[in-house]
Amino acid sequence: MKDASPAKPYALHLGVIALLFALSFVLPDYHHGLLARIMVLAVFAMGYNMLFGYVGLLSLGHAMFFAAGLYGAGLAVIHLGWSVPAAFAVGILCGAVLSLVIGVLALRTSGVAFMIVTMMFAQVFYLVMLYLASWTGGDQGMVVPQPARVLSFGATSLELTNPTVRYMSALALFSIVLLVTLAIVRSRYGRVLVAIRENEERTKMLGYDTFSNKLAAVVVSGTICAASGAAYALLFGYVGSSFASVQYSILPLLWVLLGGAATTLGPLVGTLFMYYVVDITSGYTSAYLLIVGIALILLVLFFPKGILGTIRHRWLGWLP
Amino acid sequence: MHFGPHLLLAALEGLVTSAVLALTALGLSLVFGVMRVVNVAHGEFFMLGAVLAWAISTAISGHPALGFLAALVLAPLIVGAIALVAERLVLRRLNYNPEATIVATIGMLYIIQQLALTFYGPEARPVEPPFSYRILLPWFGYSGYKLSIIAASALLLVATWLVLTHTKIGLVMRATQYDSETAQAFGIPVDRVYAGVFALGAMLAAVAAVLIVPISQAHYLMGQDPLLLSFIVVIIGGLGSLRGTLVAAVLIGLSDGIISVFFSPTLAKIIATLLVAMVLVFRPQGLFGTASR
Repeated sequence: MKDASPAKPYALHLGVIALLFALSFVLPDYHHGLLARIMVLAVFAMGYNMLFGYVGLLSLGHAMFFAAGLYGAGLAVIHLGWSVPAAFAVGILCGAVLSLVIGVLALRTSGVAFMIVTMMFAQVFYLVMLYLASWTGGDQGMVVPQPARVLSFGATSLELTNPTVRYMSALALFSIVLLVTLAIVRSRYGRVLVAIRENEERTKMLGYDTFSNKLAAVVVSGTICAASGAAYALLFGYVGSSFASVQYSILPLLWVLLGGAATTLGPLVGTLFMYYVVDITSGYTSAYLLIVGIALILLVLFFPKGILGTIRHRWLGWLP
Repeated sequence: MHFGPHLLLAALEGLVTSAVLALTALGLSLVFGVMRVVNVAHGEFFMLGAVLAWAISTAISGHPALGFLAALVLAPLIVGAIALVAERLVLRRLNYNPEATIVATIGMLYIIQQLALTFYGPEARPVEPPFSYRILLPWFGYSGYKLSIIAASALLLVATWLVLTHTKIGLVMRATQYDSETAQAFGIPVDRVYAGVFALGAMLAAVAAVLIVPISQAHYLMGQDPLLLSFIVVIIGGLGSLRGTLVAAVLIGLSDGIISVFFSPTLAKIIATLLVAMVLVFRPQGLFGTASR
């Protein structure tokens, strides 16, 4: 099925990045801002896809990794007055450490128990953020002050509140994560992950240490999600406990299912599609959760492979 | 108030919580035990029960007991019918695949919650208790209605237990739980058993909600806490073990009541959730359950 030559997939991915770059100059203000947000959240979905799509582990608690990055970066700026790059690094580090700890514990279980355990750890994280309201702002959240959201290189400084800078930063993060995911998926390690998804016992019998491979996948996935959260805090200037709630664990699952699990571009397609569906329908009704619910049920019933998964199955077998 | 009476009050409150929790968790446990489906929408069936109880009791004029009794009968029936439709339309088509059904029940959760918000509104509304007799203890007066909740719940639990262990319906359900393929081979309509069990599970949650609504008000987000607590109870009691579910419900209800009287409720929830996650990680069969087959 898979084409051996790497040219086609890389050309496609670079093309998508170039298209997003070009769109920056064409889009009207509103859609420009929306797309920046979608790219950051698509990174969250890509992190989720790493674990759900390629290893087949369905987590219901990824909001905690996103929120770890969000709070790690946001609180470092708010309380410690750190610079943007340092805060971003702290956010990512928080996610990496948290995912390592959660991975070691949660990977002792599998299947339904894994889902419930991850959901419960995320709930604990959420409640802790509420409990520490004097630092985190509780459910009101906190605003990251505008003057602090500046990237400075020597004499030049870029304000992250500027729409173009914000869009380009989001695109940079998105492109890096997209290419890293593509490289991982096409590597030997990526194939071991898929082997674990398809038949863990057999992979173990072939001499692979499935536990440490899965643990590495949890850490990679959690770290990518934390990068998305950290970028969200710095680019959009708000940290709040709603991002740690169970709803934000469900959304990446929805985006990935919609776009196509185990496809590298699926998370972007799913996030983009869902955001615009909610955006368009919110003009008619405030009941956007209803749409999320119906979308979830229709997806598992009729399109378990998602948009890109179906396209790959029908027409483009080489799609990574 | 001194420490002793304070503790007694906390224990009574805890017992009321346990009574309602045991019913809700029993519904979740039955559905998981027989069908192997983790019903994330269980809390929403609970909420629907409470909301319907408000709708029915306000529609019926006259003595509050009349409206309450009507709600106690009608609300669970309506919720059971909704669950039955959901089971036929969605879960059966997914072949009860554990992971797909979780995603689908998450979808149901959002749909039911949003519909309740649209048609019922964001307000919390009270339901009048059927009677307001206060029992006077030497230290404080205690609501007679709360004590009757404990009694009603105990009655329902015993009835469910009798049905499960002493009737043909119970036998069929247990056979399906034990080995659905062999049950099918012996002519048990497994398909219909699943539908019935899913409806029964939802009805137990709805009954629990009707019982609690006179003391806690109906609200469209009220399903979240019972869902989490029921999960905790079912996990500690052992997935699919009914006796364990009961013991765990009393344990969790009492400790929840007592801890949240003396400490912050958020802290109590953090500790309880973390403990249960650890139980699931290190003792997946639960504290009282036997090792799974």
